[in-house]
Amino acid sequence: MKLDKQKYQQMLEQKSPNSPLWKDCLKAFLFGGAICTVGEGVSNFWQSRGLETADAAAATAITMVFLGALLTCLHLYEKLAKHAGAGTIVPITGFANAIVSPAMEFKSEGLVLGVGAKLFVIAGPVLVYGISASVLYGLALLLMGGGGAG
Amino acid sequence: MIRRIGKRTLQFAERPFLLSHAAAVGKKEGDGPLGAQFDFVTEDDRMGQKSWELAESELQKTAIDLAVKKAGLQKSDLDVILAGDLLNQCIGSFLASVGSDVPYLGQYGACSTMAQGLALGGCLVEGGAARRLLAAASSHFCSAERQYRFPLAYGGQRTPTAQWTATAAGAAVLSAADPRGGSSGIRVTHALFGRMVEMGVKDANNMGAAMAPAAYDTLSTLLSDLGAQPADFDCIVTGDLGHVGADILLTLLREDKIDLSPVYSDCGSLLFGDEQDAHAGGSGCGCSAAVLCGPLLRDMEGGRLRRLVFAGTGAMMSPTSVQQGQPIAGICHAVVIERSGA
Repeated sequence: MKLDKQKYQQMLEQKSPNSPLWKDCLKAFLFGGAICTVGEGVSNFWQSRGLETADAAAATAITMVFLGALLTCLHLYEKLAKHAGAGTIVPITGFANAIVSPAMEFKSEGLVLGVGAKLFVIAGPVLVYGISASVLYGLALLLMGGGGAG
Repeated sequence: MIRRIGKRTLQFAERPFLLSHAAAVGKKEGDGPLGAQFDFVTEDDRMGQKSWELAESELQKTAIDLAVKKAGLQKSDLDVILAGDLLNQCIGSFLASVGSDVPYLGQYGACSTMAQGLALGGCLVEGGAARRLLAAASSHFCSAERQYRFPLAYGGQRTPTAQWTATAAGAAVLSAADPRGGSSGIRVTHALFGRMVEMGVKDANNMGAAMAPAAYDTLSTLLSDLGAQPADFDCIVTGDLGHVGADILLTLLREDKIDLSPVYSDCGSLLFGDEQDAHAGGSGCGCSAAVLCGPLLRDMEGGRLRRLVFAGTGAMMSPTSVQQGQPIAGICHAVVIERSGA
């Protein structure tokens, strides 16, 4: 039998199981929601200790990044993420995981060419396009005569 | 003497002896359904080393040392070592044999490396270039992950078609003569070097699908060159298409009215149990190497298998080629192994 690329692609789609989209979405919603609930609790805690709303938000981000980093170091974050998917990637804890995991992994190549060079191997694109987008947004706001304290 | 028969099959008139074999695996592989049939199962996947790459080479070295010892040989008795792995520039293999003082030929055939080493080794022994040689291959989940995918502690999700790189190594000694005398034993009778088959698969998480057409090409050529039916063999094993690729291979052959299923197995499907969360099954050079050099060759020694086709399948790709949008080609090398005599 002569193999035909087009026919093979059709067969492939039939034979390759897809990710369970609805189940993954539901789990992402529940896990992501749970992380946000914890974040809300942390925010309430800082406010109850006398921080203003804006300061409490910054303190909450710091706390959540710390927790994400800690769970990554304990190899618990990846176990959670296996089920949570986007639920653990999207919150700020996921950003911590994306920075800390390469730092742990590439330690064996040294502090400069390992940790230093590879630290942003996953988070790099988020920073590049996140910062680029914020610059564009700021420029647009400036040109359109908006502005004020942001 | 090597004789070409049919389109591409090489027949070894002297039938090199497969003197000994050994498999060394990681903890997860040891916990799997084949766990008891490996020569060495490590409790510590790091193998006491300071990096995963060194851990892999140590695992491969363990398999090599065991195979040489089981053959009753010293490493200095080997005329050449043919070894390969998945790491860049095959560092797992050269680090494993750098102190051996044996001529060394690095192999790369992705997950088909063990079959490639045995096929090439068969030719070298049959052609008189080596009296005794060793073929080995290894892979390590942790060293492969950091090279091909993400850091271990990164929280990602795998697709159902993704395969799990085995932490495993296998080694086998081929010899022109059996020093223990006699003509009985396990012998390599045929080899077939596969060609690359590319069917437009670009998903690095579905390598079984990328490799299945190559397995189809090699196995159907082999059967037709030998004028054989699947039933002429006790076992035809691919390594490692995984569940998805194995299903595709059987379907492709069925369209040619060849029913492989009664004698067919896949090393990737055999290595892990369903509850071990390996998704579509095992992969990596070490997967087929360890399943062959552990359970399968033990079954041949025990007489439970007498005639085996070992068809190693590899996905020809790198992270760079995938990122540049290149399709993944499959390759499949096969060797026929027989148990002769009592």
